[in-house]
Amino acid sequence: MNAVNSDAIIEKLRTIAGNKAEIVLDAFFTYIKVSPDDLLTLMQLLRDQLGMNYLANMTGVDQGEEFELVYHLYAIPDNQQKLVVKTRVSRDLAELPSISSIYPTADWQEREVWDLMGVSFSRHPNLVRVLLPEDFTGHPLRKDFKKEA
Amino acid sequence: MFTTDLYTINIGPQHPSTHGGLHVEALMDGEVVKDAIVHLGYVHRSVEKIAESRTYTQFIPYASRLDYLASNLPTLGYAQAVEKLMGLSVPERAEYIRIIMAELSRIASHMLFIGSLAVDLGATTGLVYCLRDRERIMNMLEMTSGQRLIASYMRFGGVSADLPEEFFPAVQSFLNDLPGMIDEYNGLITGNEILQARCRGIGILSPEDAIDYGVTGPNLRASGIAYDLRRADPYGVYGRFKFEIPTGQRGDCLDRLTVRIKEIEQSGSIIRQALETMPDGEIQAKAPKVLKPAKGKEVYHRIESAKGELGYYLVSDGTDKPFRLHVRAPSFVNLMVLPLISRGGKLQDIIANIATLDPVLGESDR
Repeated sequence: MNAVNSDAIIEKLRTIAGNKAEIVLDAFFTYIKVSPDDLLTLMQLLRDQLGMNYLANMTGVDQGEEFELVYHLYAIPDNQQKLVVKTRVSRDLAELPSISSIYPTADWQEREVWDLMGVSFSRHPNLVRVLLPEDFTGHPLRKDFKKEA
Repeated sequence: MFTTDLYTINIGPQHPSTHGGLHVEALMDGEVVKDAIVHLGYVHRSVEKIAESRTYTQFIPYASRLDYLASNLPTLGYAQAVEKLMGLSVPERAEYIRIIMAELSRIASHMLFIGSLAVDLGATTGLVYCLRDRERIMNMLEMTSGQRLIASYMRFGGVSADLPEEFFPAVQSFLNDLPGMIDEYNGLITGNEILQARCRGIGILSPEDAIDYGVTGPNLRASGIAYDLRRADPYGVYGRFKFEIPTGQRGDCLDRLTVRIKEIEQSGSIIRQALETMPDGEIQAKAPKVLKPAKGKEVYHRIESAKGELGYYLVSDGTDKPFRLHVRAPSFVNLMVLPLISRGGKLQDIIANIATLDPVLGESDR
C-alpha cells in the first residue's frame, strides 16, 4: 500500500485538473502544481470528485523569491490515494485564498503558516497568530529573519 | 425576555488540568459554555527554526522532546523520515526493537492518560495506580537507552544500543501482569459511577466533524472510524503483526477512555509477537556519520503516535542541515475541536474534554 496512486486515479486527476495544473510523480507521492488562482477550485474538485476528504498537513517553505505552500491530502479511512498539492506565491504578495471553508482543519494550520512564515490567507475566519504572542514582530521561519541570542 | 451577560472564565495556563501551559478562555452564559477559545504557545520553542541550524543527527534529541510522554514515537517518526529521504534501510532486528520500544512508549502514554483523566475528575487515587505501572516502563526505557523519560534511542538506520539481558525478564513479567493492570483500571476508574457520569455523553465528536477537523489517533477511533496508520499505511515492519483496531460508538469522553484501554491490550499483543519473532543480527545499518541528502529532495513521513498522526515534512538542500523541517503535531490539530465539543456543555465538561483529547503541549506548541 506504500505504492503511489494507480494509473486510473492519475488519469482521473488529469481530467479533473485539466491543463491548469502540472502533475509530477516521485516514489512517495503524486504532486499537483497549481497557480494560487486555481487553488480553491482544485481543492473543491479533489474533495468532491476524488474523495480526498482529509487534509493531513499543510505548511509553507521559504524558497527565496517565492513561498511554496504544500498540502498533503488523503482519502480516509480506506487510504488508497495520497496527493500533494503545491502552489507558489511571490514574496511581495504573500497572500493566498484560505481553504478553511473546504477543509476546516486548515483553520489553525493556516494561522500557523501566517504566524511563523508570514503568508496571509484571504477570507480566513480568524487570521491571528497562534503560537507567538500577538505583539511579536516578524515571522521566524522566513530565511531572512534575524535570530537574537 | 431576560438575557444574561456573558462572562469569561480563564482555565490555565497555570492549572493542573491543562497538562502544561494551555490556556482556555471559556465564555459562559450562566452555567452553559457559549464558546471556548484556545490560546497556545506558552511552551513554544520554535523547534522548526532550530532544526535549520542543526545537523540531521543533532535534531534527534529535539524530536524526543516533542512528545515527552512517549519519546520513542516522535524519534521513530523522525528517524524514518530521514531514512526515507536518504534511502537508508534498517536491519531486521532493529525494526523489531523499534516496534517493541515504540509500543512500550504508547502504553506509557495511555497509562498516564488514564491516570490524569482520573485526577482531573477528582479521583486522585487513580493516578497512583497508573503511575505505579508506568514506572515499570520507565525502568525499561532506562535499561535500553539510559534515559527514563526523554530517550533519544532511535538512530538513522537502527537504534543506539541492543536490548540488554535484563530487559527481557522485565518486559515478560510486565506483559504477564498487563491484563491484571487493565482489570484494575476498569474496576477502579472506568467502572466508577462518578467518572461515568462525568464522561458518558459528554464532549461528543461526530465522525464527520472528526475527519473535517483532521482529528486522528484514539480520538478519531473513539468516534467510530477504524483508521490506524499502523494498518492503513504500515511503516517499519508493522504489516507483519496481527492486532485489532478498537473503536467507540458515541465519540464521547467515555469512548475516548475505553478505546485507549483497549489499545494498551493491543500494544501488549504486538510486543509479545515482536519478542517471539525477533531475529538476531545487527542493530545498526552502515550509515554515513554526516548525512547529506541530495539537493531539492522532499519527503512527508507519518506515523501513528500515541496522540494521532505525527508527520514530518523534510526538505533538503544538499547540506548536512535540513532546509525545512515541519512537524505535523497531532496534539495541535486535535485541540482544534475543543471549542466544538465544549459548546453547550458545562464548565466542568471542558476539563473532561481537555483530558480526553490528550494533548501534550511540547508537541502542540513545538
